[in-house]
Amino acid sequence: MASASIPVYNRSNNPLENSSSQNDPSVTLNVPLGAIGRVEKMGGASSRGENSYGLDITCKDMRNLRFALKQEGHSRRDIFDILFRYAFPLSHGLLLFAYLSQEKYEENGWSVYKPMEEFRRQGLPTDKWRITFINDNYELCDTYPTILVVPFKATEEDLRKVSTFRSRGRIPVLSWIHRENQAVICRCSQPLVGMSGKRNKDDERYLDVIREANGTAKLTIYDARPSVNAVANKATGGGYEGDDTYQNAELVFLDIHNIHVMRESLKKLKDIVYPNVEESHWLSSLESTHWLEHIKLVLSGAIQVADKISGGNSVVVHCSDGWDRTAQLTSLAMLMLDSHYRTLRGFQVLLEKEWISFGHKFASRIGHGDKNHADQDRSPIFVQFIDCVWQMTKQFPTAFEFNERLLMTILDHLFSCRFGTFLYNCESARDTNEVRSKTVSLWSLVNSDSTSYLNPFYTPESSRVLYPVASMRHLELWVTYYIRWNPRIRQQQQSPVEQRYMELLALRDEYLKKLEELQLTDSSPNSSHLSNSSASNAASPTQHINHLHTPF
Amino acid sequence: MRMFDGRVLLKQVILLFWPLISTWVQGAEKIDSCQLQVLEMLSSLGSAGGKSAKPSFVSYVTPEEIKSEKEPSRKEKHPDLLPGEVVFCSASTVLKYTQDDLSQRGVFGVLLCTNFRVSFVSDEEPTEEMGQLFKNKLYGENDIPLSCVDNIYGGSEDKRKLITGGLVKNKYPSKMIIHCKDLRVFQFSLSFSKEEDAKKIFQGIVHHCLEPKSLRCLFAFSYCENTSYPEAQRKKQTVMFDSVEDWTQDMKRTKGNCRVVSENSNFELSPKLPQYFIVPKNVSDEDLTKYQGKGLPMWCWSHHSGCALFKTASIPLVQEDNVPQTYMEKMLTAVAHNHLYSVKTEDLSDTLPTVQDILLSYNKFKQFFLIDNTTEFWMSDMKWFSSLDNCGWLDIIRQCLQKAVEVVESLEKENTNVLIMEEGGSDLCCVVSSLVQLMLDPYYRTLLGFQSLVQKEWVAGGHAFLDRSNHLHLKDKVESQSPVFLLFLECVWQLQQQHGPAFQFSETYLTVLSDSVHVPVFTTFLFNNDGHRDSLLRAESPHTQRSPLNCPTVWDWSVQFDCKAQDLFTNPLYTEKPKQDTSVRKSYRPRHLRQLSLPSSAFKTPPKKGFFKDEADNLKKILGVKRLSRWMLSPSSDSPQTSSSVREFYEAWQTKPLDYHGLLLPCLDGPSIRVWMQRYLRWIHDVQILGGGPVAMLSKVSEILGEVQELQRQLDRHGCTLTSNHKGARPRAKTAAAVIAARSSVRLSSSFPFVTSRNWAFKPAIPTSLLQSLMVTGMPGNLADREDDGGPESLV
Repeated sequence: MASASIPVYNRSNNPLENSSSQNDPSVTLNVPLGAIGRVEKMGGASSRGENSYGLDITCKDMRNLRFALKQEGHSRRDIFDILFRYAFPLSHGLLLFAYLSQEKYEENGWSVYKPMEEFRRQGLPTDKWRITFINDNYELCDTYPTILVVPFKATEEDLRKVSTFRSRGRIPVLSWIHRENQAVICRCSQPLVGMSGKRNKDDERYLDVIREANGTAKLTIYDARPSVNAVANKATGGGYEGDDTYQNAELVFLDIHNIHVMRESLKKLKDIVYPNVEESHWLSSLESTHWLEHIKLVLSGAIQVADKISGGNSVVVHCSDGWDRTAQLTSLAMLMLDSHYRTLRGFQVLLEKEWISFGHKFASRIGHGDKNHADQDRSPIFVQFIDCVWQMTKQFPTAFEFNERLLMTILDHLFSCRFGTFLYNCESARDTNEVRSKTVSLWSLVNSDSTSYLNPFYTPESSRVLYPVASMRHLELWVTYYIRWNPRIRQQQQSPVEQRYMELLALRDEYLKKLEELQLTDSSPNSSHLSNSSASNAASPTQHINHLHTPF
Repeated sequence: MRMFDGRVLLKQVILLFWPLISTWVQGAEKIDSCQLQVLEMLSSLGSAGGKSAKPSFVSYVTPEEIKSEKEPSRKEKHPDLLPGEVVFCSASTVLKYTQDDLSQRGVFGVLLCTNFRVSFVSDEEPTEEMGQLFKNKLYGENDIPLSCVDNIYGGSEDKRKLITGGLVKNKYPSKMIIHCKDLRVFQFSLSFSKEEDAKKIFQGIVHHCLEPKSLRCLFAFSYCENTSYPEAQRKKQTVMFDSVEDWTQDMKRTKGNCRVVSENSNFELSPKLPQYFIVPKNVSDEDLTKYQGKGLPMWCWSHHSGCALFKTASIPLVQEDNVPQTYMEKMLTAVAHNHLYSVKTEDLSDTLPTVQDILLSYNKFKQFFLIDNTTEFWMSDMKWFSSLDNCGWLDIIRQCLQKAVEVVESLEKENTNVLIMEEGGSDLCCVVSSLVQLMLDPYYRTLLGFQSLVQKEWVAGGHAFLDRSNHLHLKDKVESQSPVFLLFLECVWQLQQQHGPAFQFSETYLTVLSDSVHVPVFTTFLFNNDGHRDSLLRAESPHTQRSPLNCPTVWDWSVQFDCKAQDLFTNPLYTEKPKQDTSVRKSYRPRHLRQLSLPSSAFKTPPKKGFFKDEADNLKKILGVKRLSRWMLSPSSDSPQTSSSVREFYEAWQTKPLDYHGLLLPCLDGPSIRVWMQRYLRWIHDVQILGGGPVAMLSKVSEILGEVQELQRQLDRHGCTLTSNHKGARPRAKTAAAVIAARSSVRLSSSFPFVTSRNWAFKPAIPTSLLQSLMVTGMPGNLADREDDGGPESLV
């Protein structure tokens, strides 16, 4: 950008628009302030060269923006200060945009997820599983939701005891139950075993009660971490369930790496796709980011969970705290097992339930409105999960009611701060900040215009378990998301397959209508079918030429 | 399907199948006297180690055994032999391992070797008829046409040794692994068969698959002698380019203005030149006879602007001898004369990989798909992307496409005549010229158009199919083997993948075509050039009146597939160009004229590399250079510049709305060049997506297309006038969709239609050896070992 004029800046916070009046086509950029991760000045007063002085904006959505500014005046200082203030409102004592937005929608997205309703849909409570309100005031666990499902046999007292032995009190609770075989997915955090190898009889009994609930011989505990990391956690008081202490349980490590590894991996990915796609040895570069390899590990972990459940065995899933990898695994397994979550509404419920209500730390992982871009708590765990979902939709293009656009919209508003949906770390924080009453839900936007998020190829199949193939042969980079800012990637509103399908559907309806009309006229006494057809035949010779299919 | 644990059941099984050991005789009995002659000839070539010169079947069994196998229940224990097919040898109680695991399980049956194929006939009753949909009429899922055998390995315990033929005399391995050119992998255990049988079948297969043989031994000849194809039905509408008319027609269609040469109709000019071909107007009769056709610019295609694409076999320019140079110069001038005195030449030998490079790269590439077992599969999964990258196959595809785009740019944007050349002029020239035509001319993206293109550029164009595939295993031809045609199909697949709706044919069609190269029945792929084909077919003709042997071409798809299966060749996304109203049609212009999306006027930029009349003198100077440089008229253009120019061209094209009936350009960026999943992954059990894959979507399109077509028929019956935009809803008289429509998408897998899911348990493939797969290295501050949420409040 040679001599870009000052970016036109929308002070109403959102969105930021930059139009550069270059020679001919003016470029209009639309960047939600929430997507800005970092604003830096580049070059100083003494910088030479055309583009050496200006602003460098790093976005959370895989792009960087550079603006060259004129050195005269103090234009840069002003724009920098304003940007810095409004891009990171929380660091400046300001409100997030979601609290200022006046948007109105037909639908109220906050009503999408009602925990009791969802549990009832799953067939809960049963004689083995009960609903407890023990966490009504977030006393048992401040990062859990208020309504929990626990084994019928476990008393409130048991729960309190177990909570002392689980990191941050995140006790094993039910996420999903298989209607037929009653196998359950339970989620929790790591046990506080520590260096000394502490045991907790209550915890051991509690897990055994989970196993007993559907009468299987062994409970499988999936520890999402690599075993080395699980061992290392003992040093800080954590650890894993030892074989000798948990008699009827088997422990499987799923080798998924931590949030820091994922963050670095996506950073590397960004390096090879933005601003230009790496030319030479693209595939090797892609491999060296390990991004798809991590996706593969997460997916194959979820496949194992889903497979166990289908086989009638209950499972317990945890990582360290049970809000990152655990959420990925349980929600993906549920997506494989339960076709309801593959619908537009069901997917919203899944996110609300497994991610939002169970305390995935969105605020820390994304850093909404926070200027501290180097915060080690940031990590694209949720992006990675959505990528896994995308991989599944790619492999099963007819199994999901929603389309790619929904996934992109979710990721855009993960950062945008326009909706309250992904704000804050847990339910208790959301209550304190009155998110539900003061902000709009993302699902209000989506459900008010649900047709544009629907997959025309969707074919409901209620009882089918979807097992994606977690092989590098099938995993592919989500080009339309990660490389969407590249002008050479054709952004298609609709895939050609989809377009063709819609055309044909319209054509079918048109013909059906015509046929109906014809049959009506045929049955009317005054028009004889024969004369009718011969007349129109004679009248349309060109039409019949058109029918012939011989291009050459 | 029942499974046997080979080792445990050994005894039992031998008892059970003892009577079957000589079932092959059934086949032998079918042979009538006239075929015996063939049999004799073939066996004298040394079947089973050259044991006897007589029909070898007598020596295989004792009379007692012949008696014992007369039970009628054993009748079906050999494949249905094709006309002219003869069984050489067989062995029963052969165990065919199931591919998907290491448990050594499998199915017992009879293994046979005929003059057409290696065939395994299972002792199990065929289960469901699921697989029948896309059945190949010539060979089944357990048959390997002899030419399709790629490598044979002998295995014992865990070692594996490549069999090169000739070596084995009395030994045979307990396990035989066959890798096929269509990427299937078969593993047979011979340890349960009679020693004599096992030895014979092994040596027989090795002999017939790997040893040199003469062309007449290829199955096509005995097959064609015993079948007849009505000529009329056979050609359908594929333009064969075996007559003056075909060439004239094509030139007229593209408004070319060149000269059709028929002087070679009896191969008098050169047996290597096509029977008929087209050269620039200014090429004289005398020029035709020089250098056996080398250096002669052969017309490929004319652009609507008048410029045209030519290809030629380059003449090695010897420094002292000035004659070829003068000749070349003359030819170049002739090309330049074709349109506005402009010409660019491109020596593909300089800028594209050699045929040897192509072979080497493909040999590495194909190994990733010849998977013996699950463990191997998941092991190779770890380094999948870098392995792909390192073998360079995708890069070769990219280079070919890029070269084609460069040529397209010259024709479309600069309206310059282009002459591409290489030694021989029938390998990469064919790849590039066909790709250029596919990108520029929508006619070639129709099914018949594509077949005509292959006829024009490859078959008539003299691509040495026989040498390149080395069907005959001749030792002196090992060097010339190279999958050049496959490379072309790969490039087409990339184009089709990126611009699906532009192609009338489907991915399945391309896959089947790539397989058909290795089915030694079709004249299309058996010869090196027109002259070769003509002389052999005449020589082999059974009739004295010298009418050549009537063999099917690969385009006679009914030889391999019934109509329903052929429906899968059409792409449900394809729509015909909407017809324009009749007033436009009055002023007729060739079809492609209207369809090119970029009028050349839009690109009237100053010609960067073209040259015009006043520059003609430069020709001489430049031609004096020992070797023609690439884009010789712009010596400064090195490759980065070219690629940036190509990029500009692509970007300019990309900003325009996409017209599937106009110019098509491929995106060449890293993520856009991909692996042809259907072809390469179809047999690998671990990667099949049950109920998924693109087919799940396409079958829904086909389904609705079928409905629409049915409605149209009903409306037609009512005599209703359909005026509205019935865009391409009539691809054929009969529906292309009924086949898939009848099947629920749930049962299809990503490898549809090649593998049906009947054998698979619905169990997910869980990657093994995950831990080793991810060594996170080079992380700053050892992030991998860190806690997720570090810091003081980390743990309670």
